[in-house]
Amino acid sequence: MSLDKKQVKEIAYLARLSIEDVELEQSTSELNNILSLMDDLNEIDTGDVEPMAHPLHMSQRLRDDEVTEENLAEEFQAIAPKIGKSHFLVPTVIE
Amino acid sequence: MMMHNLSVAALIKGLKNKDFSSVELTQHYLNRINKSKLNAFISVTENLALAQANEADLKIAKGDNTPLTGIPYAHKDIFCTKGVKTSAGSKMLDSFISPYDATLSHKFNSENMVMLGKTNMDEFAMGSSNENSYYGPVKNPWNLKKIPGGSSGGSAAAVASRIAPFATGTDTGGSIRQPASLCGITGLKPTYGRVSRYGMIAYASSLDQAGPMTQTAEDAAIVLNAMAGFDNKDSTSAAKETPDYTNQLTNSLDGLKIGLPKEFFSSGLDEGVEKVVMHAIKEYESMGAKIQEVSLPNSMHAIPTYYIVAPCECSSNLSRFDGVRYGYRCEDPKDLDDLYLRSRSEGFGKEVKRRIMIGAYALSAGYYDAYYLKAQKVRQLISEDFKKAFQSVDVIMGPVAPTPAFDLGSVKDPVSMYLADIYTLSVNLAGLPGMSIPAGFSKELPVGLQLIGNHWSEELLLNTAHQFQLKTDWHTSSPIEL
Amino acid sequence: MTWETVIGLEIHTQLKTKSKIFSGASTEFGAKANTQACAVDLGFPGVLPVLNKEAVRMALRFGLAVNATINKHSIFARKNYFYPDLPKGYQISQFEIPIVGNGAIDIPLDNGEKKMVGITRAHLEEDAGKSIHDLYDDYTAIDLNRAGTPLLEIVSDPDMSNAKEAVAYAKKIHALVQYIDICDGNMQEGSFRCDANVSVRRAGEGLGTRAEIKNINSFKFLEKAINLEVERQIDILEDGGSVAQETRLYDSIKNETRSMRSKEEANDYRYFPDPDLLPVVIDDELLKEIKDRLPELPTEKKARFIDKLGLSEYDAENLTSQKAMADYYEIIIDKGADVKLSANWVMGELSASLNKNQIDIQDSPISASELFNLISRITDNTISGKIAKDVFRLMWDEKRSVDEIIKDQGLEQMTDVGALESSH
Repeated sequence: MSLDKKQVKEIAYLARLSIEDVELEQSTSELNNILSLMDDLNEIDTGDVEPMAHPLHMSQRLRDDEVTEENLAEEFQAIAPKIGKSHFLVPTVIE
Repeated sequence: MMMHNLSVAALIKGLKNKDFSSVELTQHYLNRINKSKLNAFISVTENLALAQANEADLKIAKGDNTPLTGIPYAHKDIFCTKGVKTSAGSKMLDSFISPYDATLSHKFNSENMVMLGKTNMDEFAMGSSNENSYYGPVKNPWNLKKIPGGSSGGSAAAVASRIAPFATGTDTGGSIRQPASLCGITGLKPTYGRVSRYGMIAYASSLDQAGPMTQTAEDAAIVLNAMAGFDNKDSTSAAKETPDYTNQLTNSLDGLKIGLPKEFFSSGLDEGVEKVVMHAIKEYESMGAKIQEVSLPNSMHAIPTYYIVAPCECSSNLSRFDGVRYGYRCEDPKDLDDLYLRSRSEGFGKEVKRRIMIGAYALSAGYYDAYYLKAQKVRQLISEDFKKAFQSVDVIMGPVAPTPAFDLGSVKDPVSMYLADIYTLSVNLAGLPGMSIPAGFSKELPVGLQLIGNHWSEELLLNTAHQFQLKTDWHTSSPIEL
Repeated sequence: MTWETVIGLEIHTQLKTKSKIFSGASTEFGAKANTQACAVDLGFPGVLPVLNKEAVRMALRFGLAVNATINKHSIFARKNYFYPDLPKGYQISQFEIPIVGNGAIDIPLDNGEKKMVGITRAHLEEDAGKSIHDLYDDYTAIDLNRAGTPLLEIVSDPDMSNAKEAVAYAKKIHALVQYIDICDGNMQEGSFRCDANVSVRRAGEGLGTRAEIKNINSFKFLEKAINLEVERQIDILEDGGSVAQETRLYDSIKNETRSMRSKEEANDYRYFPDPDLLPVVIDDELLKEIKDRLPELPTEKKARFIDKLGLSEYDAENLTSQKAMADYYEIIIDKGADVKLSANWVMGELSASLNKNQIDIQDSPISASELFNLISRITDNTISGKIAKDVFRLMWDEKRSVDEIIKDQGLEQMTDVGALESSH
């Protein structure tokens, strides 16, 4: 499988990254070189192999339903790039 | 006496015997750091370190201390440290003063250990050469023209050049073992789930694991004692008892079964490296170990498997960096898309963006089965290979990296860079513990020997490494360069 | 041309846990912005989720209540998309294997019959924060207090064929989640939210393209929004056009649905198993314990009202349609009031007054024991049923006790009159 420039632009947008047109050529060929590494996997017969999502063969631990966190809004907001009275601010979103 | 050449074990004795105070020790290391030209640190926390050392001396005076109280260390800049910049080597987090402590930072603080500073690293731990840091590359202390390895390159260079007694590292695909090998120190990646990941900035969550980077295996055991253990803030932390890792360091290796994967000694392995590794194996044989060949056929597919799994997870893990709540935000975004696109494009470096894109693609509609799911299945096969091998051997050994450290700037193409990870990736994919220990030199550059154990076999690995270090002195050689 | 409508609902119920699904922050409603969002809720670098036990138990309660398959091994997945009220850039949800599988629930139809509506699945997930667009001139303000509140998303089969059925189903689920005490059902506060998937087709043809309508926060709006959407789609198709598969926002002020551009683009969520969480394993013991502790369900209560109290099917259905109403009614009859007379009063006078004043029965100005007193005064012949209605008015308006009103107004019937009447 190989990507064309249009797909590369789409993937970049999906990941909210911008690619300048001047970089597009190189990015596309780099990504295609990397993806060509993956062709190797097609050789392997994985017919009934169970996918392995995680190396720990344990089950999810459950937490008691208790409020353990205190209000640290001030400390958190002190490092925020743009804060209103107590809200994080982003450019107006049109729904 | 050269304090900085002492191991952590020796420093603990020195503090106990009042040969020096923690403040003296800390000042000594800070002086060395200030003279260092390696760019091993992103932040040196001089005032904090001296305050912590002072506090440690008080605790020691009162007898209210643990063995590691007052011992200085360098912390990889991927661990959140409250009130201290935590950058992960990225412009994205250049302004990020963490409002909270990682579990590991918290553990070290509660033992009154002394943080000298935060070490340089490949951005978000993505890289094998430390050239992907926003703060510039780290230099290999054995040869300033060479890379130190990555991503924990700053940590490895700091320990190798004796500007820190030990350092923390993280290993997602070899990021502790490979720089340890290239800088001539001891590095341990524990079993996945052994050390808490809470507060360790995630690269690939199912692969990331923190571990110690030290001069000796004994030090690794001492430091692992402080790092390991169940954490109720991390769902992937194993609720499993943690042994005292220094307890099993006296066992004989007589009869130890060592497996050499034939696939690790095929084409692509540098002759000099192979020679060092085989020489180390001979050493083990002389200690009574039995050597046999094993096969890990699927580990040869570790590169494509890893370079799908890790980017998929990272593409999602790094979505939180959006310029809204913390970190880099572009100037005057005109709308929401502009905020996202520019903040992320300006805040992330090239390699990070590359891996995010690969991951976004591999997970996207229509490609998930061919890439992500396929990789997960091969991951299973890789894991099963190890399971089979460990039915007949106790420890697997081989090279860490195909070559010694290469020249800074010499590998420009990402694929060639990825290919150098061939011997370390499968260990992460299977969640196994692995080590690199100094085993000799090739072309005047250090070469490490890789030890791979079964799940939760850190004690065996550490003793296997320690026994080697009792017979050899590779781990005591240090570069002259600061 | 005859058109058929096909409706499926996705209902998001906020689970009434004390803390969030993956963090120890409080879920209480109404706090100052961002004061109940901890490092995990804000998606700080390095933080990790740990699953709330109570959220799992609540999901299981629901699964058992609708006779659903329980997946003993379920997986959390990440749904990836960028939005400012989604701090991590992904929502932790369940995709391939939800905790609750196939189930079903009966809904009452207008003609008195029942219809079974299938439940496709119910899965656990985290709520997003809130985007507030009208607080600042040039900015959207983000409050992440709600981020991480546990949700059970209940997805129905596309079994409903008109807006009325959809409302009946939504009300059934609304009642059920309150019966099993997993959700407070408060629609104004957003604890119970419906999205409707609506499509139309010509009779006998295959399924049409559906639109998803979001932002519906009352049963009345649910009915309106669906009817509007059905009309809109039929108009398009009759004009020879085609319906776009899209998300539409219901605007209750303008009474219209409109396309949500922002949610439209790039709906490629790239789901994959969340590597920060392990499989959720439910053992038989836990399941049995939850089953044993399950409160009386509406269907069971209804059956009991019919069998033990001798109420009609209609009355029993009506009284059990809301847990609070059934509770109210049971207080009255537990005190020994006449079963049928009490049912009439609760469903009649009381419900009418509550509806008229838009008051929930929990907040009724006349308490159940007060209404019991009133009903007792009828059965002991102190007052007539007709007079009782006047007394009820006064009780409602003046919040005085039954006996006080009767005494002040001199409403007592002559006992002998009562005796005389009863001797007829």
